Amino acid sequence: MTLHDEKSNDPLKESENKWKQNELRDTLSKTPESKEQFLSVSGREIDRLYIPEPKKDFDYLNDLGFPGAFPFTRGVYPTMYRGRQWTRRQIAGFGTPSSTNERYKYLLAHGQTGLSTDFDHPTLTGYDSLHPLSEGEVGRLGVAIDTNQDMSELFDGIPIDQVSISLTINHPAIILLSFLLNHAEKIGVSWEKLRGTVQNDSLKEFHGQKTFALPPRGAYQMTMDVVEFCTKNVPNWNTISISGYHTREAGSTAGQELGFTLAQGMAYVEGGIERGLSPDEFGPRLSFFFGVHMDFFEEIAKLRAARRLWAKIMKERFHATDPRAMLCRFHCQTLGSTLIREGALNNLIRGSSQALAAILGGTQSLHVSGYDEAHEIPSEDAMRMSLNTQRILGNETGVVNTIDPLGGSFFIEQLTSQIEEEAWSYIEHIQSMGDGHGLQEGMFAAIENGYIERSISEAAYEYQMRIETGEYQVLGLNEREEDSIFPPELYEHDQEEEPRQIERLQAIIEARDSAKANEALARLQKAAKEKQNSMPAILEAANANATEGEIMQALREVFGDHQDPGVF
Amino acid sequence: MDDLIPPKILLAKLGLDGHDRGIKVIAKALEHAGMEVIYMGMRVTPEQVVDKAQKENVDVIGISLLSGAHKTLMGKLMKVINEREMAGETLVLLGGTVADTDIDPLKEIGVDGVFPVGSSLKDIESFINENLKRRE
Repeated sequence: MTLHDEKSNDPLKESENKWKQNELRDTLSKTPESKEQFLSVSGREIDRLYIPEPKKDFDYLNDLGFPGAFPFTRGVYPTMYRGRQWTRRQIAGFGTPSSTNERYKYLLAHGQTGLSTDFDHPTLTGYDSLHPLSEGEVGRLGVAIDTNQDMSELFDGIPIDQVSISLTINHPAIILLSFLLNHAEKIGVSWEKLRGTVQNDSLKEFHGQKTFALPPRGAYQMTMDVVEFCTKNVPNWNTISISGYHTREAGSTAGQELGFTLAQGMAYVEGGIERGLSPDEFGPRLSFFFGVHMDFFEEIAKLRAARRLWAKIMKERFHATDPRAMLCRFHCQTLGSTLIREGALNNLIRGSSQALAAILGGTQSLHVSGYDEAHEIPSEDAMRMSLNTQRILGNETGVVNTIDPLGGSFFIEQLTSQIEEEAWSYIEHIQSMGDGHGLQEGMFAAIENGYIERSISEAAYEYQMRIETGEYQVLGLNEREEDSIFPPELYEHDQEEEPRQIERLQAIIEARDSAKANEALARLQKAAKEKQNSMPAILEAANANATEGEIMQALREVFGDHQDPGVF
Repeated sequence: MDDLIPPKILLAKLGLDGHDRGIKVIAKALEHAGMEVIYMGMRVTPEQVVDKAQKENVDVIGISLLSGAHKTLMGKLMKVINEREMAGETLVLLGGTVADTDIDPLKEIGVDGVFPVGSSLKDIESFINENLKRRE
């Protein structure tokens, strides 16, 4: 059932033509439009007006349906925010574990409902705090975690059986999750009670975020070890947060973000099936993570398209039968790259518009980036304003009262379909690179031949050119503001955190039984080589106080190192 | 600039920082502006940058850092540059997330130009053309 059948649409076309020839033409002849072309942030041409179009319109039952039912376009749950609002999950991490622990307690006391950990570059890339490459970066952009003991200190006094936790880590995900599982065991919380997510999206590290530690195939093997281990032993844990956020941050368009992310997701589903798991078993614990840019409707449409496309992929391609395995549940973060340095307080306005798009797009959890992040990592005040943005939108605006309020809009529905088609064309293209071996081989090929990275760089360059030419106006970048306001107080990095963390680590290494740690590392290497699940050996190594860097080094010896190709 | 040889630019990211969007956009823009660009990629050490700069005889070294480690890493880079007595001939630029209060200290240790996030490509290009050391 379309909104208008062909017959009843004829008068509509007739009316439209009449309008174009009369009202519209009169107005345009007197006052032409301000631009010849109106483009979305992703460079998509947007029409003047969207009206019902039989060929482009939706079939309500098949394309939209009901929330909590296939194809989930309107939302993943039947009651959405009427049941419970999204989780307010501001990411945090800096300095030593105890400094971040204090910030967590502050956030929980100020309205935060879930925790998310930002790790420093050495931790993200699998180097210990005392490694020469880590100098100057220990605890700088995230918290430094080297050992089991650091993880225990990070979550000291936090009820991890009640608050859900997100660990934003990829190639070393298997190691950091092992630290957390060991901590849970130590404080007597059973693994079944743990709720949360580990990012663990190894494939995107080669084009987004780029904190890789291993080459593509080795990293992928570790990702799948986590999926397999958790499906059997940590049943309520989200095993991968399949991420588009970083791809978008790297400069992709909305369509590329969705296409590449779902292609990654499909590669992981193939990997799970290869290990003998059924998509109904591990599918429900795959979650997603998207960025939210400034183009309000394009972002909402992208999020709706994500749900519909993923549901179809899981049902039709992978034959999932459990509806939970078809859900594209996601976290959203307002994009850091849209924050402008000059007039930083204006970023509060950007953040609230982006947050609103995420909510209208039906997000499950949300991080609003801090207004001061073009200067420094966010201050406590900035994070508080981000939380307040979420509280005000959630409680005062009424946007939570009904589900998918924009559903049925001619513009939103056509945009949703366009983005879905665009994303699918990227997926098909990547698949074609895999020579008939699915998305897994397609992704490896697209990473190795530089296709994904190059596509993103080109989009980033085009976007920058639109700013350089002034075609896309951004206040504080190419549109100047008189007397812009400087952020009131910036985060001040404590230079002593790095030596403090190094000292801590040295003390742990000295006090441990290194022979025991080395035995576990040898077992790990054997498992990794033989493609047995590595997680039991990593849990053991971590309990023997092997460090993150040592565990990763053991894996690097098996899989090799990865060099940035320097593609631009 | 009275000769027609285009300036040769070496771009790299030091340390473990993965934010490479900006430097790749700059690489493309400078190339389109007719300059010769060599991009070393990420996770490069100061010594590797200077070795390459000498081998390729570049006019400009451009570093991008969004990791907050610019004081440590640019300090190390400038030390190697000074040791090899290149300071007078190679223009050293830094782009990325650099707090306003860090800009003067960086210039004091010999960084010629600092371009915080949001800088325009045209400004970077003209800064290079106006400040090339060997061609003055």
